[in-house]
Amino acid sequence: MASTGKIARRGFMLGSAALAGGVAFGVYRVQVPYANPLISDLQDNEASFNPWVIVTPQQITLITPHGDKGQGVASAQAMLIAEEMDLDMGQFEIDFGKPDKAYWNRALGEDGAPVLPTDDSFGAEAQRTVFSSLFKMLGMQITGGSSSIPDSFVKLREAGAVARETLKAAAAKQTGIAVDRLSTQSGAVIFPDGTRIPYTELAGTAADIAPVVDVALRTPSEWRLIGKPVQRLDIVAKSTGTLDYGIDVQIAGMKHATVICNPRKGGVMNAFDASAAQQMRGVDAVLEVTGGIAVVADNTWRAMQAAMAVQVDWGPAPYPAEQAQHWAEMEASFTKDRLDKVWRDDGDVDDALSGVDAITAQYRSPYVAHQPLEPLNAVIRVSEDQVDVWTGHQMPRFLQQQVAQITGHDSDQVIFHNQFMGGSFGHRLEFDHIKRCAEIAVNMPGVPIKLTYSREEDFAQDFPRHPGVARAKGVVKDGHVHAIDLHWAAPSIVASQFGRIGMSLPGPDNQIAAGAWNNSYRIPHYRMTGYRVPELAPVSSWRAVGAPSGGFFFDTFLDELIHRAGADPMDERIRLMEHDVSRKVLKEVADMSSWGGDLPDGSARGVAFVESFGVPVAMVVEVSTPNGAIKIDKAWIAADVGTVIDPVNFENLVQGGVVFGLGHAINSEITYSDGMAEQSNYYDGDGLRLYQTPEIFVRGLENGEKICGIGEPPVPVAAPALGNAIFAATGTRLREMPFNKFVDFL
Amino acid sequence: MQFVVNGQPRVADVEEDMPLLWVLRDELGVTGVKFGCGVAQCGACTVHVGGVPVRSCQMRAGDVNGDITTIEGLGTPEHLHHVQEAWIEHQVAQCGYCQSGQIMQAAALLTRTSNPSDAEIDAVMSANLCRCGTYPRIRAAVRSAAQKLRGA
Ligand code: FES
Ligand code: FES
Repeated sequence: MASTGKIARRGFMLGSAALAGGVAFGVYRVQVPYANPLISDLQDNEASFNPWVIVTPQQITLITPHGDKGQGVASAQAMLIAEEMDLDMGQFEIDFGKPDKAYWNRALGEDGAPVLPTDDSFGAEAQRTVFSSLFKMLGMQITGGSSSIPDSFVKLREAGAVARETLKAAAAKQTGIAVDRLSTQSGAVIFPDGTRIPYTELAGTAADIAPVVDVALRTPSEWRLIGKPVQRLDIVAKSTGTLDYGIDVQIAGMKHATVICNPRKGGVMNAFDASAAQQMRGVDAVLEVTGGIAVVADNTWRAMQAAMAVQVDWGPAPYPAEQAQHWAEMEASFTKDRLDKVWRDDGDVDDALSGVDAITAQYRSPYVAHQPLEPLNAVIRVSEDQVDVWTGHQMPRFLQQQVAQITGHDSDQVIFHNQFMGGSFGHRLEFDHIKRCAEIAVNMPGVPIKLTYSREEDFAQDFPRHPGVARAKGVVKDGHVHAIDLHWAAPSIVASQFGRIGMSLPGPDNQIAAGAWNNSYRIPHYRMTGYRVPELAPVSSWRAVGAPSGGFFFDTFLDELIHRAGADPMDERIRLMEHDVSRKVLKEVADMSSWGGDLPDGSARGVAFVESFGVPVAMVVEVSTPNGAIKIDKAWIAADVGTVIDPVNFENLVQGGVVFGLGHAINSEITYSDGMAEQSNYYDGDGLRLYQTPEIFVRGLENGEKICGIGEPPVPVAAPALGNAIFAATGTRLREMPFNKFVDFL
Repeated sequence: MQFVVNGQPRVADVEEDMPLLWVLRDELGVTGVKFGCGVAQCGACTVHVGGVPVRSCQMRAGDVNGDITTIEGLGTPEHLHHVQEAWIEHQVAQCGYCQSGQIMQAAALLTRTSNPSDAEIDAVMSANLCRCGTYPRIRAAVRSAAQKLRGA
């Protein structure tokens, strides 16, 4: 733990500089699996074969270390283990487990390599291996980047197969019947005469034998659970109010707290007067925390009332106070010295643009808040040699470090109890709320402190998505798209977010390119250049990160060119698409929507294609304009994830991604004035409401070779598909989000 | 102050102006009711008071004038309400944080009208926010629940 922590603090590299700089570690070490963290907690007669399975005489527990923010991944991880272990859903308990290096994310590292997802050359694979090895060395246990399923797909099935074969070996040992005469079904070993011994009765014997690791995985045709409609394990609890989220945790003796910190994020607090607040009913203490005050009381509402009664003098923002200054800085960043990377340079763009009357356009994408419905919260209890933390978080081992630094413990003395999350969208990758809670709790040893943010504080302290400005030039020729030169300037989200936990990004930021370079169009001349704007307001990962901006810029400009060329938006995209899997996605959505068929009077359609996290996604939106306002009537969306694990949850996540993407395209942004976010609650941008939600038709394709996640990829395609439909309906081209600044919606 | 919550008499020593939401969550330990916005924007805090759906973040404790039903009182995992059954069949929830409020809102709608039109569903359910975007499934689940209730 300690040595990994040191490596992590010294510098974690996501960009290509990790390659240039060379990463020094031996091959052997990389290949050695981490020790099983479950072993030390086992009692007599309890067995664990790997970090994901525990069998005791009472029950079977499957460890699902990826955090569940609503994407259903607790259930999906368990399903992968259960598939090979021959368990039925419901025959086991699930647990998020304790933070450990053994749960390093194998897929997220690969995704950090600066190569196209469709590039399967030796060089690209080698780069992926290097990045992945780095994640392993650092023991990066992270839920994010739509990586949970790609990370889990093979290793959790292997974990299940190892458990199954070891339990069979235990049964053979216990009975003397040869193992090859045994089979398994529904949580039991089956003997030749039909006798069943439940796994739980084999726990004691299994604990005494070495895990059988030479196992083969089943073929897709043998799957019972994967790819079939399965009831999510959390669905009953979530439909009956019986699931406890972090905000619902109750610990004996617990106090309720809230904070108000400088709304000019990162600014100091000059002075405060808590005399009135201290007199209010139920208030135990008013404390100073980093950048603000905390109130501890016997009830959350009383704490919030008292916090509002504290008089505070806030210092200035450490970034430009006015939104216009932020835009001006971005617009001034298309310079050589701010060049981050030329991500793509096909053909000869300069030549194609010279001497022609190029089509030009400028686009903007705003800061956007996360605002999951469960406000930020945490419960922390500090004792002499242990700290307990109850909350939902996506980076458990970093959480331990952050808390330990405040309380003065070692990281492994921080016991983290991960909870189901009421949404995240990237919000729960951050640590400020955890640190504030630790600061309060360290002042009140032994007392469990539950910190709950008001929605207003949650808005004020949110680290929004990075904004961006793009400038594009293009040429059409002979009725086709001939050249695209896209320049995108944005502050670095990766540098800002990881900088807050002491890490650096020495290379370029691929989130100032995502969605704009990583597609498989064969445009004769195509260049995409990223520029790094010096940090403005601090920013963070927001669902799909760079691709909702990059996809909007690129696909909208492509649509502009296609219209100027006089081509059909669908046909031209299909014609330009070089990658077979991506082309099939476009064809599928054309087919689903009967593209080109008759439309109701006054209706019009747009199409968009954006690839993110290795998933090609195409979407068609149909709008009408009753009384001049835009009404979104229907949406069709197709995506290829290689293998669909759970078709029902897949459909739900894709529909939800569409709703999320459309809602933000229409009405959500964060703007700064006097250094403070001008938006403070859902009335300032609530995303889509039910009455605005179109019918959404979803298709999951499985032509891709690699399995991919679906949490984020449906989001980026929504804004350009809607904008392109609005252009088709009204002739108004929307080049900036949110769209409601320019057109009216129903 | 005295309350009846899910059929049980409960007592809480609270100010007249403490929102019912916080009486339920922090004083009485009824946490199925959720805090989302505190300003009547999201509906996560929806409960029934005297059979009527209210935003418990907006109702002062002193103004509670009827028996309170929360999601825990509507139905349980063992004895599901028809609306909950429909919610499970359609696998509506993603994060699920809004769903207590959605289900309470839907149950109240179907008590008032057992055969709501699509326009009525849209109108009544649009005050409940779902950041995960489960609206298509909410629509479908309300329709199924209505069918179940009419059949029951
Ligand atoms: S918490 Fe009451 S409406 Fe949002
Ligand atoms: S399911 Fe997450 S807010 Fe509705």
